[in-house]
Amino acid sequence: MRATLAVVLFSFSAAALAADAGEIKVVQGSAHIERGTARLPVKVGMPVQEADRVVTGADGTVGITFADNSLLSIGPSSSFAIDRYVFDSTTHAGKFDSTLSKGTLAVVSGKMVKQSPDAMRVHTPSAIMGVRGTDFVVKVTDH
Amino acid sequence: MPVLVVAVMVALAIITAGPSETVTVLPSADGHVGTVVVQRGETKQVLHQAYATSNSGQAEVTVISAGAVQSTYGKALHALPAAPATFLLYFVTGTDELTDESKLELDKVLSAMRTRPLPDVLVIGHTDTVGDPDNNDRLSAQRAETVKGFLVGVGIPAERIRTAGRGERELLVPTGDDVDEPRNRRVEINVR
Repeated sequence: MRATLAVVLFSFSAAALAADAGEIKVVQGSAHIERGTARLPVKVGMPVQEADRVVTGADGTVGITFADNSLLSIGPSSSFAIDRYVFDSTTHAGKFDSTLSKGTLAVVSGKMVKQSPDAMRVHTPSAIMGVRGTDFVVKVTDH
Repeated sequence: MPVLVVAVMVALAIITAGPSETVTVLPSADGHVGTVVVQRGETKQVLHQAYATSNSGQAEVTVISAGAVQSTYGKALHALPAAPATFLLYFVTGTDELTDESKLELDKVLSAMRTRPLPDVLVIGHTDTVGDPDNNDRLSAQRAETVKGFLVGVGIPAERIRTAGRGERELLVPTGDDVDEPRNRRVEINVR
């Protein structure tokens, strides 16, 4: 009985906590998500997943809260991809790789960076940013 | 045209071709400043003071003004979601009834929810080590459900609230078995 209940509790929490990388919390102006071949309009409350790309128009901004409480926001005329997102809500271990191809990005790092300092990296076309528990902004300019 | 001038022009063209980036570390809401390590090929720059900035093509770290950050990143920063908030509510021993103090604390939880357009809420119930573990699994889940019921009652959509019961597995204050510890009889509410 105890074993059964433990399994039920475990599978419940795993299903509840590990499903999505994060959730869209803020949207203004035009923005969409490229997911595989689909192009989805961005709405508040929409989940984001590994391999999603968020693209904003000239008037668009998007804010996302991730499972580990990392906060990211994407400025106008930007393209941002979630390359990898893994987070264990029990141990706080994880991996978060993302790429800003163009535009602006603001980041407030979350729990996984506190657990292991090299867990979160932001890539741009010519650099890799390793994040050690901080707030920062990035801008990529296309020449 | 002298060879040197041509060489400089070619070098500039290489540096400025393709995308370039700039990275600036900001002080966090509580004033803390962490570190960003910027790796470009073989070179590495470490940013660990407020407004320290790394630009592609520049060997030196520079410091920019808060105003410059606002003018470049103001729209992105404005779109940052509200920081997640965590609350602890405590229970009368052996029950799913909140202590009087924690009933008052519920107001803070509600105001955190009202400042968010579409909050998502995680309620995790816990117990102390009095009683057997199976009963405590049930009691912790019941505590979480009771708090969820209250939140639904004041208008938070049920599908935005997830609950879990952790029994006596995650004691806030470590104790032996069968110890009546008020601080372990709690639910943790995460509002995001």
